[in-house]
Amino acid sequence: MNKSTYSDVLIGVVLLALAACLPWVVGDFAVTLAVNIAMFTVLATSWALFSGPTHYISLATAAFFGLGTYTAGIGLDYLPFWVLIPLAGVFGAVMAGLIGLATLRLSGVYFVIFTLGLAEMTRQVITYIQNATGQKGILISIWFMETTFYWMLVGLAAVIFLVGWLIGRSRLGFALRIIGDDEDVARHSGINTALSKVLLFMIPGAVAAMTGAMMAPRYGYIEPLIAFTPMLSFQVVIMALLGGTGRLWGPIVGVIPFSILWELISASFPNQTTLLLGLCFLAIVYLLPNGFVGLLLKIRARVSQGEGF
Amino acid sequence: MGILITGLLLGGTYALIAMGLNLQYGMSRIMNLANGEMLVAGGFAAFWFWTAGNVSPLLTIFLLAPVAFFVNWLIYVVILRPLVKRAKSRGQLEVDAILTTFGLSFVAVGLMLATFGGDYFSYQYLLKPVELLYDTYSLNRLVAFLAAVVICGALYLWLNHSRAGMSTRAIAVAPDSARLVGINVPRLSALAFALGGAVTAVGGALISTFLTLDASTGVIFTLKALIIVIMGGVGDVRGTIVAALMLGILETFVARVIDPGLTLAAAYLLFILILLFRPQGLFGRKQT
Amino acid sequence: MSDHRTVLSLRGATKRFGGLIAVNNLDFDVAEHEVLGLIGPNGSGKSTTLNLISGALTVSGGTISLNSQIISTLPAQQITRRGVARTFQLVRLLPSMTVFENVMAGAVFGHRRRWGHEAEAHVMRMLELVGLDRRAHAHPSELTYIDTKRVELARVLVGDPKVLLLDEWLAGLNPTELEEGISLVRKLRDDGRTIVLVEHVMDAIRSLCDRCVVMSSGVKIAEGATDAVLNDPEVIRAYLGEDDA
Repeated sequence: MNKSTYSDVLIGVVLLALAACLPWVVGDFAVTLAVNIAMFTVLATSWALFSGPTHYISLATAAFFGLGTYTAGIGLDYLPFWVLIPLAGVFGAVMAGLIGLATLRLSGVYFVIFTLGLAEMTRQVITYIQNATGQKGILISIWFMETTFYWMLVGLAAVIFLVGWLIGRSRLGFALRIIGDDEDVARHSGINTALSKVLLFMIPGAVAAMTGAMMAPRYGYIEPLIAFTPMLSFQVVIMALLGGTGRLWGPIVGVIPFSILWELISASFPNQTTLLLGLCFLAIVYLLPNGFVGLLLKIRARVSQGEGF
Repeated sequence: MGILITGLLLGGTYALIAMGLNLQYGMSRIMNLANGEMLVAGGFAAFWFWTAGNVSPLLTIFLLAPVAFFVNWLIYVVILRPLVKRAKSRGQLEVDAILTTFGLSFVAVGLMLATFGGDYFSYQYLLKPVELLYDTYSLNRLVAFLAAVVICGALYLWLNHSRAGMSTRAIAVAPDSARLVGINVPRLSALAFALGGAVTAVGGALISTFLTLDASTGVIFTLKALIIVIMGGVGDVRGTIVAALMLGILETFVARVIDPGLTLAAAYLLFILILLFRPQGLFGRKQT
Repeated sequence: MSDHRTVLSLRGATKRFGGLIAVNNLDFDVAEHEVLGLIGPNGSGKSTTLNLISGALTVSGGTISLNSQIISTLPAQQITRRGVARTFQLVRLLPSMTVFENVMAGAVFGHRRRWGHEAEAHVMRMLELVGLDRRAHAHPSELTYIDTKRVELARVLVGDPKVLLLDEWLAGLNPTELEEGISLVRKLRDDGRTIVLVEHVMDAIRSLCDRCVVMSSGVKIAEGATDAVLNDPEVIRAYLGEDDA
């Protein structure tokens, strides 16, 4: 329940403040990398908020992201950018709620399968609509500097960490830990398991959509394949699992090394990215089932056992 | 009417593919997300033998089945069995299996891209028209359908009338009780998984005679196979066949009448309806 | 005893599994503050009945009411919220949490929902009641079998349930533990709790239950004061008949 204390909050605030100062210290290329890292931090942390305690693996990140990108793309003709971000969040939450109501009453397998094809299916539907209406892609007319994107993402990350921290200390967070341990016991203890799962799932849904909306100007030109990159969902899962979902700071520990590694690999072996992604999945399942967090906790336990009590 | 028959022909071949997954998920309890890649690999094999040596896919199948069987058996024993042993609960095994087979699917796609390149491949095989009930159909679809019927029929007989087959069904329904009755659960699980993989590869070879494939289309077939298996009820053979036929007809209908680009969306719609109203599938048992 | 109001009421409760009728037209009442024994040979439908009451299974026919409100149509989590709590035949503790957190689960989401300091104080009180207050921060894997049962009991009690269903709670205990277990349940009875006790251990039934309902093959074959019921020839025949088979 109270897995973190107020000193942890202070540390978090300091780290976020430092992160925000980054663009003034490093060069342009580093800022571009930092934007990617920040984006994946936001996506992976919000992903882990749901998939961590419940063990329901969501592959829907790309679908929500695309939803947000398209909300921004289409909405820019009618609404200011700053309104579109929270609006995308609402759409993402609603879509997540609907998916959740349909699939979260059932076992995790149905959920994974459903989310697996969600991005692909949404992409097909949008392609169809585009072909039918004759509209090809959407041109985004506004533009921001990289540092602006970075700060938007850091801001969103701060919000997510706060939300994650609050949930961890709330009834909902406790309920989800219980559900993750033993769903039958959870039900017999009086927890409305389906509702809890659906409510929690709306968070990564909303966040991914907002991130997609934020990133829309960075792409400049929106079309289905760009907005709904299938790789996105898989990368988010790998990074979150690599870092470990047992702690709030787990995913970011996976995001940073993986993002850098990915940059290097896509530059050196552009044709082998799929293969390497697969090997990463296998490596994580076999070598680091609980991520770096799990490894760290195991080492800490062994050290304190070694010291004797 | 033409839609109905074309749909049935398509559905029959889908049934074969879904049977492969049914064996793997229903009997071995492994949700194999790399299933589609095994299908594509089967298709590649058929393509290669046809273009290189003019060998009919129907003959390639006889070589393909044992090879695929062996490969899948290896995969189960080397990669998946450690997970089965390690898992503390069924839920955890499912998650581990999903992530692992997911990783495997990427590895497989990567390997196929490296070996065959990213181009689409298709070939002309038995592209002769056939007159049937006042409409013209392609012979290759018909042949694929008949082959699928034969294989599905053989599987059905095996599962329901042979000792090994019935034991395999037993481990799907009640793995702990099966162990008590003396059934070698680990060995049969490996057998079921390997058989499922072989069936899928054969299905891939058959499908490649009339559909265009490429290294990345595996995931769509995985999705369709999953939808069919769940719709029919996990572990149930009749259910899989009925669901596959339904999907085949629905897809053909959507492709002809609405738009060929919406076939996956149509399958999804069907999936959602099943999840909402009958999650145990048409023939499945309700989970208490 | 008869002027105590009825807390739990089964009318025609039936459960069918395909062709098998596990519980057949079961009628009985549980009065407030009483400890009712639900006994019968193996396969008589006792556990299935508990599952029907707690909502783990849905009735095929008939109704089950709690304080005159029908609960048989509700899902398990709502039945727990209304005030029915149960233990499981195989103890299920939450593996990643301490003893304290396990009991907290019942305090936060049970019939009487508490949070924060109030909940924590109540959890400690329950742990004292079952004798585990010194092991509040232990992990389930470190506990003896009877201690895990105590944790589960604390978890179901902490929500102040209206009815407590104990599903063979005393099974698998050695003689010393059995005595401790029986005196713990006796303490609960003296505190005024309403309990339905499914048991095979006859000593426990005799010393804890004033009234019993006897089931055989899904049907109620006897109901009444414990001594009378245990001397009922039909009841004896049901148990002995099972031995013959």
